[in-house]
Order: sequence, then C-alpha cells, then structure tokens
Amino acid sequence: MAKKQAVSFKLNGKPVDVLVEPRELLIHSLREKLQHTGPHIGCETSHCGACTVDLDGMSVKSCTVLTVQCEAAEVLTIEGFEQGGALHALQEGFTQEHGLQCGYCTPGMITRAYRLLKENPSPSEEEIRYWMAGNLCRCTGYQNIVKAVQYAAQKLSPART
Amino acid sequence: MIPREFEYHAPKTIPDALGLLKQFGDEAKLLAGGHSLLPMMKMRFAQPGHLIDLGKIRELKGIREDGGTLRIGAMTTENELIWSKLLQDKCPLLIEGARLISDPQVRYKGTIGGDISHGDPANDHPALMLALGASFLLKGSTGERVVPADGFFVGTYATLMQPGEIMTEIRIPAPAPGTGYCYSKLKRKVGDFATAAAAVTLRMKGEIVQEVAIALTNVGATVLKATAAEDSLRGKTMNDASIAEAARLAMTICDPTADQRGDAEYKTAMAGEMTQRALRTARTRAH
Repeated sequence: MAKKQAVSFKLNGKPVDVLVEPRELLIHSLREKLQHTGPHIGCETSHCGACTVDLDGMSVKSCTVLTVQCEAAEVLTIEGFEQGGALHALQEGFTQEHGLQCGYCTPGMITRAYRLLKENPSPSEEEIRYWMAGNLCRCTGYQNIVKAVQYAAQKLSPART
Repeated sequence: MIPREFEYHAPKTIPDALGLLKQFGDEAKLLAGGHSLLPMMKMRFAQPGHLIDLGKIRELKGIREDGGTLRIGAMTTENELIWSKLLQDKCPLLIEGARLISDPQVRYKGTIGGDISHGDPANDHPALMLALGASFLLKGSTGERVVPADGFFVGTYATLMQPGEIMTEIRIPAPAPGTGYCYSKLKRKVGDFATAAAAVTLRMKGEIVQEVAIALTNVGATVLKATAAEDSLRGKTMNDASIAEAARLAMTICDPTADQRGDAEYKTAMAGEMTQRALRTARTRAH
C-alpha cells in the first residue's frame, strides 16, 4: 500500500488535517474523514456537479480532485455558508424561490453559484445558465434555480437599498 | 470509483519534474488538470505507479505576448484563457474554443497543455492549434525543442512528445488584425465531446482569400488538417459554391468512429456542416 500522507488545509475557515493514501479523492476525505456530508456523490465521473466545492477560488468537482492536491488550500463547502444562524443569501434564495425539490444537487448548486456571483455579481439569465451548466438537477427544470441565483444576486448587490 | 494505488509527487520546478520523470520512467504519468487522467485512473484504464503533479510549478502558468508571439504556459487553465484580456484582444479564437470545452468546473481545472498533450482526437485545442499555426515547447532532461502543431498529433493518444519530456509552453503567432476566425462545434449536451467541430482562421485581401486554415475535431484518429479544402479556397473569392466545395473536400478526409454520438456517415456530414458554418462566420469577422 502506498504510504499515507498528512494533508493540511482550511475547511470552511478552520484548519484541518487528514491522513490519506495518495489515491483518496477529496469527496471521500470530506464525507468520510471530516464528516462534511453536504457535498454529495452523484455520478462519480465529473459530470453531475453534486460534489462541487470551492477550492482556492475555483468551483471544482471533488470527485475528480485528489486530497493530496489540496495541501495548504482553502476549501469551502455548503456547511460553511450559514453564519451565526443566518442563512446565506443563496440558501435563502433557494428556499424562497423553491429552487429545489429532492435537494440532492442543492449543495453543489449553491457552492457553484457562490463562485459565479463572486466573479459576476449581476449575471443575466443566459449567463447564469451558461456558468451553472456543470451542475445537473433532475427535479426543477432549472427555472427556479435560475430565479434563486437571481434572488441572491439582488440581495447581495451593494446597489440594493 | 477509486484509482489503483500510486505514489504522488508535487515538484515545484521543471528540473525537479524532469528528474522524477527520468527516475520513474514508464511507471510515471504527468498530472495536469486531471480531468482526463483521473477519470481514466478511476476506471483503471490508466494505472500509473507514480503521479507527477505539475500543478505546483509556477513557471508553467501565465499568458504573455513576446514580439508578436503569444506564449501560454502549459498549465494555464481553460478558465484563465477565457478571462484573458490579452487573448480577447489578440486571439479571440482561443477564447471561443475554450468556452465550448466541457463545463465551468472542468474549465477551472483543465489546462491547455494537458488538452494538447493527451493526444485525444476529441479534445478541442488540437484543432485550434492547427488553425492558429501554433508550436509547442517541449523540455526534456537533455534539452528542449520546439515542435509545430502541424504533424505533432500522430495517432489516438499518440503525439511526437517523447517519454521523459514535458510540454511547458504553447506558442501562437498572434493573428494579424482583421483575421477572421471561428470554432464551430456540435455537441449533444454540455460536458460532452464534439460530435464534430471545425476550427478556421481566415485572411482576406478584399474579396480574395489570402490565407485560410481549417482543422477538424473528433472525426478521425487524430485532429485533421483539411489541406485540400484550404487549397480549394486560397486565392479565390468566397461564395456558397466555394464553401460547399471546401466542406465536401473536408469530408473526404474524415474517418470517424461510430459511437453514441452517431454513425460515421452522420459525423462526416456534421464535419462538413461545421466547416461551412465556421467558414461563413470567419468570413463575417474577417476584414
């Protein structure tokens, strides 16, 4: 067996250490070693986006990243969104706009939308659809997901009175 | 799905990476963005004993212009290409192509050098590179060499890159102002490879085609340069008949494999259609 390696990174702002074989995928470290089960395993083939996390300012599919690649990284998962009992604007948007039914894709959707809004705070509907295209939803038909992202964009906008 | 066991190495410099490549030889694979290699390792189609991650080597990143040549570090990601103001200004074809690759998450990780050196005829950068007349800087432990894109792709997953070499830079002669361009890609859905795609660059002199390059994605064992189609257009005016003839000539070199995207006849027809569309769009952009 390949020697295990200690990997240290920040998870939702807190330092964590895991001891992993080099072949361990980030999604497994998050779910099984760090008890962060928000990121889901959907397809395991980097298609569905349910395992999306934010890694050093990038939306990535954590089923296609090795944990050993994350040394010194900053990782954000859905568990890091709520602050002091208050939902993040995106979480609120998905609730208000009914942006989910079964909810399986939602952590990945919200985490992806977070980075999208950081890069483009007021996206058009077309831009939302283009830049959210790596996340699949089998319930909503995407209409309400688009509305949820628009809701959050509006709420997060500094121009809002 | 979990890959077979391997040792992981994350060198910080190119000489260190070359040293590891020499040390582990056939057992080693280079890891770029990992969105072709890791899935192959998860499926156990690839089982390297040593994985050399190029992700920590800073000198493999970045886009700059140097005396009329665009120099792109091999580990520059698709997302970095898309947001590059320099490329928007000097080489929008590359941005148009990168925007059509897979999905946002994949584009944060996927790299131009990985896409090219993988040698997959379904990848998009090979056709863009042929259309742009690019060349590649390959470094080995005994020296470096520059290899033109035209001729680099010799078969499916086979390129002129030798074991022990690393692609470090992509060099693109900045297209002259007014060069028309287009990457026309047919895909079934976001995230899928092309059913067929065509990359075109076009220089006009008045109504006459001065220079044209056409390259086709995923309709043969490698990316294909449609030289007969190019020859048929060069020095002539461009019209419906000449575009149709160029597409016909492009189709004659197609030899696609039937799969879930369609049979060989359909894919060949789509390569012709993509060629027509790319030529028409490139014409509207050329001035």
